[in-house]
Amino acid sequence: MGTTGLPTNITQGSRTKGGIGESTLRPDGTLKVTGEFAYSSDMWHEDMLWGQILRSTVAHAEIVSIDTGEALATPGVYAVMTYDDLPTDVRNYGLEIQDTPVLAHGKVRHHGEPVAIVAADHPETARRAAAKIKVEYRELPVITDEASATAPDAILVHQNRTDHHIGHVPHPNIVHRQPIVRGDVAKARERADVIVEGEYVFGMQDQAFLGPESGLAVPAEDGGVDLYIATQWLHSDLRQIAPVLGLPEDKVRMTLAGVGGAFGGREDLSMQIHACLLALRTGKPVKIVYNRFESFFGHVHRHPAKLHYEHGATKDGRLTHLKARIVLDGGAYASASPAVVGNASSLGAGPYVIEDVDIEAIALYTNNPPCGAMRGFGAVQACFAYEAQMDKLAAKLGMDPVEFRRLNAMSQGTALPTGQVVDSPAPVAELLRRVKAMPMPPEQQWRAAGEAADVRELPGGLSNTTHGEGVVRGVGYAVGIKNVGFSEGFDDYSTARVRMEVVGGEPVATVHTAMAEVGQGGITVHAQIARTELGVTRVTINPADTQVGSAGSTSASRQTYVTGGAVRNACELVRERVLELGRRKFGTYHPAWATAELLLEGGKVVTDAGEVLADLVDVLGDEAVEIEEQWRHRPTEPFDPRTGQGFGHVQYSFAAHRAVVEVDTELGMVKVVELACAQDVGKALNPLSVLGQIQGGTTQGLGIAVMEEIIVDPKTAKVRNPSFTDYLIPTILDTPTIPVDVLELADDHAPYGLRGIGEAPTLSSTPAVLAAIRAATGLELNRTPVRPEHLTGTA
Amino acid sequence: MVSVTDRGGGERCVLASTPHEQPMNEPGPPHTIWLKRNHSETTETKKRAGQMDFLRPASWEEALAAKAEHPTAVPIAGGTDVMVEINFDHRRPEYLLDLNRVGDLYEWEVGEETVRLGASVPYTRIMEHLRPELPGLALASHTVASPQIRNRGGVGGNLGTASPAGDAHPALLAAGARVEAESVRGSRLIPIDDFYTGVKRNALAPDELIRAVHIDKADGPQQYSKVGTRNAMVIAVCAFGLALHPTTRTVRTGIGSAAPTPVRARAAEEFLNAELDEGGFWDNGRIITPSVAKQFAELCSAACNPIDDVRGTASYRRHAVGVMARRTLMWTWESYRGTAARTEGVA
Repeated sequence: MGTTGLPTNITQGSRTKGGIGESTLRPDGTLKVTGEFAYSSDMWHEDMLWGQILRSTVAHAEIVSIDTGEALATPGVYAVMTYDDLPTDVRNYGLEIQDTPVLAHGKVRHHGEPVAIVAADHPETARRAAAKIKVEYRELPVITDEASATAPDAILVHQNRTDHHIGHVPHPNIVHRQPIVRGDVAKARERADVIVEGEYVFGMQDQAFLGPESGLAVPAEDGGVDLYIATQWLHSDLRQIAPVLGLPEDKVRMTLAGVGGAFGGREDLSMQIHACLLALRTGKPVKIVYNRFESFFGHVHRHPAKLHYEHGATKDGRLTHLKARIVLDGGAYASASPAVVGNASSLGAGPYVIEDVDIEAIALYTNNPPCGAMRGFGAVQACFAYEAQMDKLAAKLGMDPVEFRRLNAMSQGTALPTGQVVDSPAPVAELLRRVKAMPMPPEQQWRAAGEAADVRELPGGLSNTTHGEGVVRGVGYAVGIKNVGFSEGFDDYSTARVRMEVVGGEPVATVHTAMAEVGQGGITVHAQIARTELGVTRVTINPADTQVGSAGSTSASRQTYVTGGAVRNACELVRERVLELGRRKFGTYHPAWATAELLLEGGKVVTDAGEVLADLVDVLGDEAVEIEEQWRHRPTEPFDPRTGQGFGHVQYSFAAHRAVVEVDTELGMVKVVELACAQDVGKALNPLSVLGQIQGGTTQGLGIAVMEEIIVDPKTAKVRNPSFTDYLIPTILDTPTIPVDVLELADDHAPYGLRGIGEAPTLSSTPAVLAAIRAATGLELNRTPVRPEHLTGTA
Repeated sequence: MVSVTDRGGGERCVLASTPHEQPMNEPGPPHTIWLKRNHSETTETKKRAGQMDFLRPASWEEALAAKAEHPTAVPIAGGTDVMVEINFDHRRPEYLLDLNRVGDLYEWEVGEETVRLGASVPYTRIMEHLRPELPGLALASHTVASPQIRNRGGVGGNLGTASPAGDAHPALLAAGARVEAESVRGSRLIPIDDFYTGVKRNALAPDELIRAVHIDKADGPQQYSKVGTRNAMVIAVCAFGLALHPTTRTVRTGIGSAAPTPVRARAAEEFLNAELDEGGFWDNGRIITPSVAKQFAELCSAACNPIDDVRGTASYRRHAVGVMARRTLMWTWESYRGTAARTEGVA
């Protein structure tokens, strides 16, 4: 790392101050650190009511009866609604498959499913009234895994499925199945000198964003509703909300409220429809805020997975084949399960050259908590398994694990198991080389202080469990591959509206998109792009709302690529108009107006040779130039349902990690000493934000390696630890130093050559930590997270 | 966020769940808490269902009188246990007895042999000011939650809640503390060994409050270890406290989160006391042999009666208590040997 703390090797600066490539500061950064930022949970409206959701106490049951009488009679209560009170025939929603009831209809399918909603003049009144609703359940057996889901007499989680996956799944309790078949695995196996097999288990991780689900719905005089909401994609919410309310989309006006983190957990709806229903029913503004306990039930989680992998290799270390089966638990509702299956299968071989591949991925319907999008999205689970396999193979061949990976690493031009030839840089071997070359942290840093051990540097920290006894260091490596953007033929566009005018004697650009700023720094980047393209200093970023076209989702590492691309595109169109204006006004004064390549820089129109032709203030005068335009990346295509072949992904993103851990081998406590990362980012539009994304993604990967897991009782399918008391996320004392080495190899298909970066570090961080713990303990460790029990034989 | 307005005969306080104050309506919503300047006025106001009376005695005597009048009243000082339960609606006591105005609960006295530690002295203070006198408790205090919680919480709350996972208990057991409990009927000292009577139950009578804890100043090395599944801010999976008492030539232990209540490993103590005695270890300062340490550790594991839960397995807890017992014994004994050697040198 450089002295500034920024990643190394980044190109700095641009010709207009504050443009792309600079680490301009986030407008929301200081407010968030000082606690002044207004999150969605901070909103308040005169005369507003508070909404409360009553959730099921059992995972799978028929609803015999619901008695709302006592709740309705509670003073201060304005409305109680159940399924029967829904205003239209559209009573389900869902990202892809509309299988999720707005309120439970005759049946609940998971612990914590919404059954009824209440509005009252105080949150406590609403909560107590909800508790007075009497729901009689007739419990059903729970479906919790593949065996119970596909048993001959298994209850169908969803009867009478009509979605477009039902035709190709082997059982109605399977949401989607995607095979990826290439070459001839049986034949390739004959060439293998060594074969390794592994059965891997990946636990259920929570996004654990700190700002709980919340929003405010305000009924409007025109019969519509204004919804202020923390979400990842305003227009996707809108498409699901409006039909349930029986309103046209233009009467549901949505504005993004302050988002306290997302990580995929806000792709699905939570309280949006409930707040709108109560607002329209009562004629009053309704606010809903989940508490932490409810939040664990209020959003989808990362799919837990069971993965069976078989790899072969020749004596000289070349991979021969891969046979894999990935079973993802989608829980009670589909959410993003089909797309997660697509990712897990198509990226299931990892960033390696393997000609002969047979992968099958499925997602189950069960009565476990619904699972959907989370940072890394299917690629995370696969990476955990294939990287464990790489270490096993290297060990069996007596090769260095990094050299073995480098030998088999894919590169630009490699055909993936989907048949897609990767047509932009894929520096997998180079990332591994770089991360291995980074200096190692000193051994036994706890001794450095002198006589007494510094327990803060030891496993257990201030809990004072070891002064060095039993502590063994381990080092592990991993690398991963993640797709960027929405895949499989999805029309993944974004929209930007850019306006340029003179305000206060200065040219000002205004950028308006519906992009959800969830902490990724998109608003900073949009301003940088506008400065670079339009040569202005002042840029106004309008609040994200549905008064402008869709920006697509803030997920899949796509927003800088796609909405950044849309902003650049709109800026280019605005620039053309401005130059036309300039030609009309001043073209006769200088021949360069007609002949030269013209740019906007530093508030002026200049030639590419640097000659100033006019001031933008004079060119614009009183006129404003405004353009709203959609922008698309190149199209992808669906995977063949039988073979998985197809140009399915628009871009790939790669990161490699080296983990250094110290394990108290007697107590099973782990201290991650360092997690070094090397990543190719194509082009760092904002180096400081790039660093933040890589460090954040790395830490989230560390969490699932050593502590984070939602524990679901296998007998009842009930969540056992829905709180930050028992669902642990890393504290600063668990977070190691994260040196970052960044490569900028341009992808010529992408704006500025950039590469989506937010997810790749979450992939390789987890298997690197696991590999390091294996190195320290000699244990096989086929499950994550690793708990002290697993390291001490006391599970 | 709390706003307080004067109302005839008392103060009304609204606990709002957001930074935005809610208008106060009449009649008040069920979360309304009545503040009484003088608790004798409570009888004049008819309580609404779900309401809590918030009793704010200005002195210890008033606190005892309030507790006598309302034995179901839940004392609250730092609030780090009670407020969590109230916020989650796990508990809705009829009366909250706020001890924050009773200043002497925040004080401590270091006597000739004993520290009298006020029930509300925050853990931060124990860490900063009482490390030489109460090294085991100071180490335990370090492991409590986060700095913010350590600035609020005190040992009285740990004892009042009597959760087996309370961080202070193993240190108090190892040090042989005595709990000063008082009611309008009088004051008594409850030996810590008799204090924990069941899961989240203690030996206090309904009208008693904890005023202080009496802990002998350390006469030898003390250690404390706690296992959690992250490196800070974590509830104990299990914990272990150990104190050497060279004056009485005894060793005392305390185990947390590995039985329905905090417990001592009595058989382990007896075994070790006998070994140290027979071998003349207290005098000759010899190294404790691995086999003795191992047997001590096994006996400590055997003193556990743990359960499987989301935080850890019973099997792991037994194992970890054994490891911590062995390690803390080695640390304290090495420290004792060092001290003994230095003392001999001086002599």
